[in-house]
Amino acid sequence: MDELLREYLPILVFLAVAIGLGLVLILAAVVVAVRNPDPEKVSAYECGFNAFDDARMKFDVRFYLVSILFIIFDLEIAFLFPWAVAFQHVSMVGFWSMMAFLALLTVGFAYEWKKGALEWQ
Amino acid sequence: MMAFAFYLFALGVIAGGLFTVIARNPVHSVLWLILAFLSAAGLFVLLGAEFVAMLLIIVYVGAVAVLFLFVVMMLDIDFSALRAQMARTMPLALLIGLVILMQLALAFGAWTESELAAGQIAQPMVPGIHNTQALGMILYDQYFLLFQLAGLILLVAMIGAIVLTLRHRSDVKRQDVLAQMYRDPKKAMELRDVKPGQGL
Repeated sequence: MDELLREYLPILVFLAVAIGLGLVLILAAVVVAVRNPDPEKVSAYECGFNAFDDARMKFDVRFYLVSILFIIFDLEIAFLFPWAVAFQHVSMVGFWSMMAFLALLTVGFAYEWKKGALEWQ
Repeated sequence: MMAFAFYLFALGVIAGGLFTVIARNPVHSVLWLILAFLSAAGLFVLLGAEFVAMLLIIVYVGAVAVLFLFVVMMLDIDFSALRAQMARTMPLALLIGLVILMQLALAFGAWTESELAAGQIAQPMVPGIHNTQALGMILYDQYFLLFQLAGLILLVAMIGAIVLTLRHRSDVKRQDVLAQMYRDPKKAMELRDVKPGQGL
């Protein structure tokens, strides 16, 4: 247990340094910088003219489709990973169950390719 | 040191969850949610479940949070209208909150553990076997059906997303890679000798 956590200690140290550095930079700006706000300075700057609209707007749902397809293949890789690590100990059933899993997702991939879901227009 | 890390990550989860709920700007909510996910990953590492922790970061922080941001940016929400409706939906919200609170109280107060349960607590640290490897050794044959079910769910999600969102527009030109590659300069252009003053 402790052995594993000791391997993660550098990450914890990095995390602490990163959080500390971020806080120092932000707080230093609050403490040191000269602040003299007026309405023109704090208003949103959009190439010299007034902001047209809110940043929130409807955009093409196809961006969403691409990211959903990305997540699905991401998960496929996530399932593949322990299988690859334990490959020497995985039984025959385990091997073929992964093949069936991959075949299933390949069917989905073929469907998506055929439908042109990955094509940009 | 471990207690310090535990309290740090636990604080991260609680603060992240709290600010996810009370942040005014939904984009900030998603960012706080990412903090909660990362802290939960830290807690998983402390438990010894490395693979789950990394998965949490890859899938939830890397992908699901991006989807949430998409939804938040895509929904064209008028917050003043939502706030005006709040009085109407408040009783229902309070009721649901009360039910969840009672369930929590039940979990803390009226829950008794059987003696058998103590022996069956999951032990993520099998001595001598790496964490991810231990998972790989049982997931694919012992839990064969669940694994295939996961594959089917992914397939359904893929097809469902395509069926629901894919609309081919007919009024735009699309790239045809094959046609581009088979394009032959000899057929595509023609050399003409133009005489001065005459034109074609």
